[in-house]
Amino acid sequence: MIELLLPSLLAGLAVALVSGPMGAFVVWRRMAFFGDTLAHGALLGAALALALDVNLYLAVVVACLSIALALTGLQQQRQIAGDTLLGIVAHTTLALGVISLSVQQSVQVDLMAYLFGDLLAVTWNDVLALWAGAALIIALVVWQWRALLSITVNEELAQVEGVPVALTRLLLMLLLALLIAGAIRTVGVLLITSLLVIPAAGARRLSSTPEQMAMRASVLGLLSVTLGMAMSWYADTPVGPSIVVAAAALFVLTLLRRPPS
Amino acid sequence: MDTALVQLDDVSLSFGAEPVLERVSLTLNPGGITTLIGPNGAGKSTLARVVLGLQAPDQGRVWRRPGLRIGYMPQHLQVDESLPLTVDRFLWLAAPGRTRHRREALARTGVSHLRRRAVRRLSGGELQRVLLARALLRKPDLLVLDEPAQGVDVAGQDALYGLLSEVRESTGCGILLISHDLHLVMARTDQVVCLQHHVCCSGTPESVSRDPAYHELFGPRAGTPNLALYTHDHDHAHDLHGHVHDDPEHHDHGEHHHD
Repeated sequence: MIELLLPSLLAGLAVALVSGPMGAFVVWRRMAFFGDTLAHGALLGAALALALDVNLYLAVVVACLSIALALTGLQQQRQIAGDTLLGIVAHTTLALGVISLSVQQSVQVDLMAYLFGDLLAVTWNDVLALWAGAALIIALVVWQWRALLSITVNEELAQVEGVPVALTRLLLMLLLALLIAGAIRTVGVLLITSLLVIPAAGARRLSSTPEQMAMRASVLGLLSVTLGMAMSWYADTPVGPSIVVAAAALFVLTLLRRPPS
Repeated sequence: MDTALVQLDDVSLSFGAEPVLERVSLTLNPGGITTLIGPNGAGKSTLARVVLGLQAPDQGRVWRRPGLRIGYMPQHLQVDESLPLTVDRFLWLAAPGRTRHRREALARTGVSHLRRRAVRRLSGGELQRVLLARALLRKPDLLVLDEPAQGVDVAGQDALYGLLSEVRESTGCGILLISHDLHLVMARTDQVVCLQHHVCCSGTPESVSRDPAYHELFGPRAGTPNLALYTHDHDHAHDLHGHVHDDPEHHDHGEHHHD
């Protein structure tokens, strides 16, 4: 059993580990819907990868980054509220992604796998790519931790103190795009937001510093993946949704604890 | 000019059709305390944002000494409830270094006991002292404080200005204060700049307090600065958040009285 599940488990753990700190930033900066929009856009990236026959991960990162930059530009205008704009972009890119996948009859694509993930189908090559990506993201987060946290606390204070605010914001988007690219083959684009938000929200109750919250979110994410996969194995439930249910259950457990200070 | 920290020449700025700053010139020198006074909406905070480099002017020249280190104490700081942040980590963000330095900075502003507290649980006065400690921790060449006296009682204000004078003495940094509570501020200031979109008058507290433009802006009860330390007349009301609502009679600047 363990040989069969090991690649899937390792792949899921890589995504969960990175989702901890990234999810913390998503929660702190109220970017849940933004992350969700990028995840929807990832499907368009996947469709383009198939059409142009390029690397899936690369195409998704490029698609997510383009959407993130376009959104940043569009949010400068005031006519359409931020969340309305995200709603428009999220569902338009999702629709475009589904259409462009469906017109490519030559390739057999399992749309459900992209949407809800297919952890059981990952190969050792995927595992390698995912852990390389995870190592890259964590290295960048640790290296730029102070800048990332500074712009999260207060962008103006950060700017006065010499933090390159626009560049740091761009880095955060790049990191999110990398994570979503990793998610597309594992938990799926529709469920990655929950893996970002739920463990981080649970970790909030258990932490009194930002660093604690980021690390404990990772721990909760790793537990969610492990428990979700166990549930999937024994109860024969779909993997992605099982992981989300496990994360939600852990979150409910954290509510039992009194918040610190 | 070579010795100045920041110099603004004829800076103008409009938000839409509304002019906020009109040909404002300002020089900030090391070791000098400059106070920016003016009624609400006079453009004080906007001018500070230009000095800080947060806002580019439409016209005019802004010169900052190369490598200038600025310590900034904003008027408000709202930390999101979702972000657990202790005072210690908050200070670390401004200047990563030894814990001892953060302890010293907090002791200097008299809030050592708050180091492990959550930032969003601090009271208004506590937060201001923490923000000041954070600004000092950066060993700034220029300290910019936006309405530092807000929500602090008179004794607290006196202590704050005493601390600022001491910081200026010991570090030689320049200080820019923004205030609409002119009574206390002026007594410990080297240069007062009276702003109503343009510079109405500027100079030493004594010369400004004798300037007709100053009295026109603040009304006949503006008083003299030396007396002000002891007679803090409450001619304005504080709301729950400590915001000050000026007496309407102080807003007669620019209005024409027709008989």
